[in-house]
Amino acid sequence: MISAEGIGKSYQLGLAADPHATFRDVLVGLAKAPFRRLKALRERTEETEGTFWALREVGFEVEAGEVIGIVGHNGAGKSTLLKILSRITEPTEGRARLWGRVGSLLEVGTGFHPELSGRENIYLNGAILGMGRAEIKRKFDEIVEFAEVEKFLDTPVKRYSSGMYVRLAFAVAAHLEPEILIVDEVLAVGDAGFQKKCLGKMGEVSEGGRTVLFVSHNMGAIRALTKRCLLLSSGHLLKDSVTEEVVGEYMNQAAVNTGDDFRDARRLSHHHGTRIRLCRIKPMASTDYGFYFRDDIAFEVEIESKIDADELGFGLTLSDAGGQALMSSYSETKVSGRAGKSGRYRVTLRDTRLSPGAYQVAMSIYQGKRSEAREIFDVVNPGPSFAVAEFAREGEVVFNWSSALGHVVLDAAEVEQEDVDSEGGEEKRRAVDVEHI
Amino acid sequence: MSGTAASVEGDGGAGVMDREVTLIQPRKGWIGVDWREIVRYRELAFFLVWRDIKVRYKQTVLGVAWAVLQPLFMVTVYAVIFGELMGMGSRVPEFPYAVFVFAGLLPWQFFQSTVTQAGQSLINQQNLLTKIYFPRLFVPSATVGAGLVDMMISMTLYAGVLLIYQQSVSWAVIFVPGLVLLTLMTALGASYLLSALTVTYRDFRYVIPFALQAMMFLSPVIYPVTLVPSEYQWILALNPMAGIIEGYRWSILGQPIELLNFLISMVMALGLFTFGLFYFKKMERRFADIA
Repeated sequence: MISAEGIGKSYQLGLAADPHATFRDVLVGLAKAPFRRLKALRERTEETEGTFWALREVGFEVEAGEVIGIVGHNGAGKSTLLKILSRITEPTEGRARLWGRVGSLLEVGTGFHPELSGRENIYLNGAILGMGRAEIKRKFDEIVEFAEVEKFLDTPVKRYSSGMYVRLAFAVAAHLEPEILIVDEVLAVGDAGFQKKCLGKMGEVSEGGRTVLFVSHNMGAIRALTKRCLLLSSGHLLKDSVTEEVVGEYMNQAAVNTGDDFRDARRLSHHHGTRIRLCRIKPMASTDYGFYFRDDIAFEVEIESKIDADELGFGLTLSDAGGQALMSSYSETKVSGRAGKSGRYRVTLRDTRLSPGAYQVAMSIYQGKRSEAREIFDVVNPGPSFAVAEFAREGEVVFNWSSALGHVVLDAAEVEQEDVDSEGGEEKRRAVDVEHI
Repeated sequence: MSGTAASVEGDGGAGVMDREVTLIQPRKGWIGVDWREIVRYRELAFFLVWRDIKVRYKQTVLGVAWAVLQPLFMVTVYAVIFGELMGMGSRVPEFPYAVFVFAGLLPWQFFQSTVTQAGQSLINQQNLLTKIYFPRLFVPSATVGAGLVDMMISMTLYAGVLLIYQQSVSWAVIFVPGLVLLTLMTALGASYLLSALTVTYRDFRYVIPFALQAMMFLSPVIYPVTLVPSEYQWILALNPMAGIIEGYRWSILGQPIELLNFLISMVMALGLFTFGLFYFKKMERRFADIA
């Protein structure tokens, strides 16, 4: 059973920007203005500038045996909440009580040491997760079987493939038997088959009368495993209700507020927009939140024309949230504008595979073929922004994507394993699909 | 209003009825050590020490032999350079210089290597700190604990050296376990303090090796304490390692010791341990946020 009231966690933004304040800074600061500094320390109130609340006034109760999902977009505070309940970090305010032995699993393979063998890591990792030596010994065979790594038990895990590594790590974690289990997005790893196996194990866990708190972006898993969910948004508890309702709200939650009227927006050149003007550019997102992953990125565009013009085309440039241009496309040039009339068009980018996140569009309208010099009538930059969700319409989920990985999720790379068949000595080829991380 | 929900009340883990209850809330000021929790997690402490020992000589050709070779090389180098070339040997006519310097290197090497490593231990294992809860004290403690194994090996070697030099051993050798405990507490105290400081101020990564080097010359490792005028010896004793090193020479070799100076060092050692421990506990709750 868990009871949380008024949980809040704040960070000093200055600290976040420069987490390793040097000793010198402190000494210099103290020497320069000792009194002001001391005074500032004493008077530091929670509303000082530069205080960022990652979590604020979050309260809820969880009955023993209940399985609760925690959902929210990136930065909503899910991980902070789990870290507080796992005692990794202390809340700034509020209090929580947990009745029963707590086990938390915020990462798969925490404490794994690359130099140690699989066998050694099972013991080490088990102990770190809170298992006793006797308990690990008892479950050892089961863990090895679940992970399917019998042959490599005495190999250092640094020589494991990432799949094996994850399987072993999850196997240890899955055999943890606390009364309260706190799980972050750990199913996000491993291949599809193993993910399914883990879901099965999680299902067992949830039926075993254990209290589970479970964070995921995988709405399928959330739906399958939980009856009740908490929706976090910008550090606040937005909704605490039955899963279907919360998931619906999550999907509809607008992450990017998009304006779509650019009639009066500033242009870079005074020539732009004089003859043909881009007036409205509206992303046709499938949900209020944004486009599903893999969906066509479509815009509804309205122009006003003062001239007759044929062979008009649209240019699209997508930038990331930081304004860095990522890719561009020029449309076919088959639409026309008529003097004194406004026209409405639909511009669609197909097969984009944009990674989850926020994007900004710049749009131009021009005349002329792709292969020729074009005359540009108008440019709207920056245009509207839109978001791409972490999941596709068919339920596929893009886990843990970050901008460090780029902005295009390529299809699964194909891998062929070429190993020597020990019996026939023949080369055997197996195609292995490497799943998205 | 920062203190609305804050409470100085102790930490969770207190058992009420048969179920353990974890209470999570902001804490302020100095925090005591939850010994019950340390006991509950004792097996993890064992595994962390075991890991540090196991990993130490992985992928080396000579493996565990290094644990033996390192102190041997060290003593040889010290005996040749300080004992012979710099003539320090003539300052300790009572004993062969190798016998003399090894007795000092036993605690000093342990102290220096464990504090250097433990000082970095928290930032080297920040991954652990930000992903799972366990008593944070275990991280530097495990490093120091693993170093203890090396010291035991060195001690065995030293017994061999004493045999070779046919050095008689004092009756006071029965106090060695007590001295080891005192050395351990000094190393732990310094490790707690410095590892916690290093998390916040990375400067200490560079300060620690240098400071330890300086501290070695302020400890009677390579020279006898009698080299210092007797009215100033108490200043030397403010360095806990000074008294500890003298203690080893007294208990093993029967070299005379100034009791008062030893007591000063002992008080300093216990003070360092206590302060290090409490400073660590005070800073601990911020580790995950700034590591």
